[in-house]
Amino acid sequence: MAKLTYREAVAAGIAQEMRRDENVVLIGEDVAAAGGVFKATVGLLDEFGPKRVRDTPIAEQAILGAAMGAAMTGMRPIAEIMFSDFLAVCWDIVANQIAKTRYMTNGQFEIPLVIRTANGGGSRFGAQHSQSVENWAMAIPGLKVVAPSTPADVKGLLAAAVRDPDPVIFFEHKALYATKGEVPDGEYVDELGKAKVLRQGSDVTIVALALMVPRALKAAELLESEHGISATVVDVRSLVPLDTQTIFAEVEKTGRLYTVEENPRLCGWGAEISSLVAEELFYDLDGPIVRITTPHIPLPAADNLEDATIPSVEKIVQTIRETAG
Amino acid sequence: MNDQQNNVSPDNDDIGEETRLRLYRSQLEIRQLENRAHDMFLENLVKGTSHLAVGQEAIAAAFGVAMDSEDYTFCTYRGHAHTLARGASMTGVLGELMGRQCGLLGGKGGSMHLTDVEHGVMGSYAIIGAHLPIAMGAAWSAQYRGTSQVTVCFFGDGTTTIGAFHEALNMAAVWKLPIVFVCENNLYMEYTPIGEVVPVEHPAADRASAYGLESIIVDGNDADAVYRIAQKAIKLARDGGGPSLIEAKTYRHYGHSRADPGTYRPPEEVEAWLARDPIPSYRARLAEFGIGEEVIEAMETEVDAAVDEATETAKASPIPSVDIIDKDVWADGGCAWRN
Ligand SMILES: Cc1ncc(C[n+]2csc(CCOP(=O)(O)OP(=O)(O)O)c2C)c(N)n1
Ligand SMILES: [Mg+2]
Repeated sequence: MAKLTYREAVAAGIAQEMRRDENVVLIGEDVAAAGGVFKATVGLLDEFGPKRVRDTPIAEQAILGAAMGAAMTGMRPIAEIMFSDFLAVCWDIVANQIAKTRYMTNGQFEIPLVIRTANGGGSRFGAQHSQSVENWAMAIPGLKVVAPSTPADVKGLLAAAVRDPDPVIFFEHKALYATKGEVPDGEYVDELGKAKVLRQGSDVTIVALALMVPRALKAAELLESEHGISATVVDVRSLVPLDTQTIFAEVEKTGRLYTVEENPRLCGWGAEISSLVAEELFYDLDGPIVRITTPHIPLPAADNLEDATIPSVEKIVQTIRETAG
Repeated sequence: MNDQQNNVSPDNDDIGEETRLRLYRSQLEIRQLENRAHDMFLENLVKGTSHLAVGQEAIAAAFGVAMDSEDYTFCTYRGHAHTLARGASMTGVLGELMGRQCGLLGGKGGSMHLTDVEHGVMGSYAIIGAHLPIAMGAAWSAQYRGTSQVTVCFFGDGTTTIGAFHEALNMAAVWKLPIVFVCENNLYMEYTPIGEVVPVEHPAADRASAYGLESIIVDGNDADAVYRIAQKAIKLARDGGGPSLIEAKTYRHYGHSRADPGTYRPPEEVEAWLARDPIPSYRARLAEFGIGEEVIEAMETEVDAAVDEATETAKASPIPSVDIIDKDVWADGGCAWRN
């Protein structure tokens, strides 16, 4: 095990797959010579050269179109969209082309590509560089959607995404790039569609994603030590496919479900999980399902405003204290 | 390369009889099948919508003949022509228009999405401009993998105004990709004349210089002229010389789609273009080059028979089984999003 940052784990995951398969290539704005604006692709140009690690013009439709055309013809491209907010300028390629083409053509193509993108808030960048848009992607049939919370998961899930025969949107969290964690050495491949139980409790089940995972874990500690509430924490990791079995098993044990979501409230990923639990686990619930989300607003920029907006440890603790029991 | 001269001197036949007959046959197949689709639409056997390329056949036919079997075609909702021109089965095309099991897409795609990977038809795309970047990606892949495959991407005059056009042309030029962009300028977007929405006379050719490309305009109603340009551009791409942007002037005989009678077009304009119908004029050229009337007639009879047969086969084909609804969202053949 080596200790890597989340951003180093991105490069490590990509490098592992590029060494294994020469059809894996990386394109995006400033990904090659500059090593990415978040420095998540540092070293890849040196190791793999400009044919496989390529800077592109500022042209998000061309970046994803290139990835799709390449994936349809035998390659396994990884395309970077610098900020997930920018997906809006190439959403046609994502939602109409990449997602639908296999189905529309009666299975004539496989489209094995990965769209990596920096998602989420906490950096005071304002509303056009800070959104959590994982729920946009989740709403489109034909896309797999992954959002890791730890360096190990970054490496393992990125490898799994590259090997997956379907298109995967891989949401890296901006506020996690500097975090560190143990990452398995050597070849490491995780599995899409598997949630992880990070902490076992008996009173409530908290289901979280990406940056909300460390906050949920911290909140669980405080709930235990200061308020005597014992919380399970599940890291969803993959929204599509969704590991309902792991989530259901943990909700059954505690009888309470809390989702902690960074996406704005309406149609956030937790709404889907809540509805599944309400439909299929209703009689195991001991109280209402509670969703803790960013309010339904564009994200503000100033420190105190952004902090008051995205679910914080305090907000999670307070909400659970007030509603559990 | 502007305004290609028609080479009609029988002493100087750079194209040759065999190729000319293929060009004629392909145009004829497209024309007859499109007209059949039109008739069957009126009988309510062809469903949804359809965008016919009647009048524009010479372009698809010429590229179809000029391309190698391994090359890639990307086209639009007005793509029955380009699909047939690569050798896709008539039954597969008609069947898809009719929503039958024998359709190229098993009934899942419909008229606007004809695709036949086996014949290099990498899809018909119905969001204006979207397929230009995707075609560019296929060309990048061919370059990366070191194959000699060339990608040909067809689109309309109206498509030159959407951003994806610019993004794709720019990146294809910078990366020197083996791709030929073919703008079929039929003078109209849907109902609006192209001249009202672009500030230049030639919507594609006048923009070529922005990508460091040559300005190329060709008579899109002359299969020989298109064939010559196609060969040249395809060779350039295959030899590593990068992309071309070709503007082919043409005209559609029907309206934009099945719902459009096309009444916004001045009658004199329609008349003038009907007089330049690519098919009768090509037939006359075959005669000029000494191809016997009996050879031409035999081919016409064969094509008619093939269209009739495809029609009957498609009519006899069952409707798709509803079992396919939840198939093939994912590569594993299924559509599961949860466990
Ligand atoms: C992004 C987008 N905008 C609008 C449309 C509706 N639409 C369909 S065809 C068409 C006209 C396209 O004109 P042109 O590119 O000249 O092609 P043509 O139909 O003449 O072959 C329009 C506006 C669409 N399909 N996609
Ligand atoms: Mg047009």
